[in-house]
Amino acid sequence: MEATMTETATAGKNQKMEDRLIPEKTIGEVHVDDARMTAQGVNVYYGDKCAIDNVTLDIGVGQVISFIGPSGCGKSTFLRCLNRMNDTIDICRVEGEIKIDEDDIYDPRIDVVSLRARVGMVFQKPNPFPKSIYDNIAYGPRIHGLARNKVELDEIVELSLTRAGLWQEVKDRLDQPGTGLSGGQQQRLCIARAIAVSPEVILMDEPCSALDPIATAKVEELMHELREQYTIVIVTHSMQQAARVSDRTAYFHLGTLVEVGETKQIFTNPVHELTQDYITGRFG
Amino acid sequence: MTDVTVRGLTPEEARSRVEETIAARNSREVRFQWIGKSAIGLALGFLVLLFAAIFTNGVPGLFQHYVTIDVNLDRQRLDPKGDLSEESLYSGEAERVALESLYAAIGNPEGRTERRAARGILSTGSSQRLIAFILDNPGLVGQTVPVKFALDDDIDSFMRGFISRETPEADRRISDTTIAFVDRLSANGAISYELSDYLFFGSASRDAEMAGIKGALIGSILTLFVCILIAFPLGVATAVYLEEIAPKNRWTEIIEININNLAAVPSVVFGIMGLAIFIIIFGMPRSIPLVGGIVLALMTLPTIIISSRAAIRAVPPSIRDAALGVGASKMQTIFHHVLPLAMPGMLTGTIIGMAQALGETAPLLMIGMVAFIVDVPGSVTDPGTVLPVQIFMWADFAERMFVQKTSAAIIVLLAFLITMNAAAIVLRKKLERRW
Repeated sequence: MEATMTETATAGKNQKMEDRLIPEKTIGEVHVDDARMTAQGVNVYYGDKCAIDNVTLDIGVGQVISFIGPSGCGKSTFLRCLNRMNDTIDICRVEGEIKIDEDDIYDPRIDVVSLRARVGMVFQKPNPFPKSIYDNIAYGPRIHGLARNKVELDEIVELSLTRAGLWQEVKDRLDQPGTGLSGGQQQRLCIARAIAVSPEVILMDEPCSALDPIATAKVEELMHELREQYTIVIVTHSMQQAARVSDRTAYFHLGTLVEVGETKQIFTNPVHELTQDYITGRFG
Repeated sequence: MTDVTVRGLTPEEARSRVEETIAARNSREVRFQWIGKSAIGLALGFLVLLFAAIFTNGVPGLFQHYVTIDVNLDRQRLDPKGDLSEESLYSGEAERVALESLYAAIGNPEGRTERRAARGILSTGSSQRLIAFILDNPGLVGQTVPVKFALDDDIDSFMRGFISRETPEADRRISDTTIAFVDRLSANGAISYELSDYLFFGSASRDAEMAGIKGALIGSILTLFVCILIAFPLGVATAVYLEEIAPKNRWTEIIEININNLAAVPSVVFGIMGLAIFIIIFGMPRSIPLVGGIVLALMTLPTIIISSRAAIRAVPPSIRDAALGVGASKMQTIFHHVLPLAMPGMLTGTIIGMAQALGETAPLLMIGMVAFIVDVPGSVTDPGTVLPVQIFMWADFAERMFVQKTSAAIIVLLAFLITMNAAAIVLRKKLERRW
């Protein structure tokens, strides 16, 4: 009994210590020269609870930036702010300013539909529509009117699947349900679906957490190829993955952006104690 | 803060304690299985009893006795205007011709008593039947041909053995003379036992042998048609709005509670409301399938809304995310993804609601669909009745033959219901998609 008490107290003390450790200002360079998206002083609340506390961060053109941090640190929440997916949660409230190419995305004049066409998203669990492979890819271009005719639509579908490295595997069964593919193929289908609407930014929320190592390797390879055309933001729990795929890395802790920098620097020479503890596996 | 130190159990102690509880656990499991099995057995038993009761009465109810006699289709007597029109035939002597043919068939009875006894053998609808026969076969006019007439319901009951010869003459509904005539017809092989055409093609009638369910069946179909046309779109729209669009606040909560409460309101209350609003305030006619359909639609709406909401809620949020993620608007997400996936569940709910509406009697009594209407309704604004109300009315009649017709009508109603449910299952299987 006593032992438990002491433990709780220690945990509480640790918690407080961590809180004290959280820096007033993010360590590292939050701004980049050539920014696709900029976030300035973003706060997110779920009801009364503050999930994101004053985050400022630029996302550079043609970069892969990964968000890492322990569970519940707000990295996914911040990611979902970038294409306003948090709008679907009633109690969620976003403060601050997020811009894409100088357009404020929370401006009432900005249509959320056009924003999401510019900022695509890939989710944690592969979620193809229960439709054919073809229709999965063609859905976005269709609703946005991207193809003038069937030939153009076919081209978009082929190109998207080719870019996602799936064309060779599915070209003979485009009319079969997308849900019939394997997990890794489904996730690549979802990536193909996201790039079919030619977005500027692709957000990936732990895209490999439901995949086996082989499928993960394929998706990572794909990210390498996609970085040439798209800006990619990836949330991941795998530090090896962050190290492998990203140019910059941002470390979140309890809703705060603690440290951001070149991936190499973050992983070899982290400045802040919390970042250091996390990447060396001390907690998380 | 107590100083009690818990000394852990050794594995041996733990095992012996577990052993002690296992017997009790297992016997509880066996007992529970038995309770479940006997409950199912009881339910099955009642079901068998129900079907046995309905079918022993209902299957004979699907048949009735006919007598086939030679009729001389005398043109002058039957068709005074000579144009073979319905009007002309009805002004002719069809009834007398039919009766005289019967007299001939039973050896020309003498005297008033004998003739009266003979007259009771044929159904009162025999003249209509003869006219219908001529209209169907105008080429046979002028010849002597065999025509099949229905037997009067009392004679039919006698043929079935419900009226016994041993009963003293004064105590039974048919006289000895009539029985003698029937025996003669029977001996000549003129009487046959066949599938009843009146049951399926006849309408309401006070004469049991001519009573049929056609009017009620058409009335039921029209009423359900109105009902589904109103209830399905309204129900689905309500469910979509409440589930996908409405903000979750006090008002939507109150609406939700009230919808759930409406599902538990006794159906007769909906009938009174229909009477007060549609008939008294709006001045719509009584007994029409339109009002019946509206009332039943209001009654089934809560069922449809509740099941539709459940179906919408069962659509995985990941599909919504996927659609929103590629930039679909809220409406596109709902109409392209959520509704198609929720459709099987919605249809199941709707068909359950419709089945409920099909079997409903009480609210329709309130709006006058219990009236005695001989004509088959041709549209939703013609007065009519529905199957369960017809069954209710027949159950009220005293004639023995109505008892069987009631059960026969119940069989038809059940067949209708089973068809609807089968359609629901087929539809669901067809529309169901895996995700």
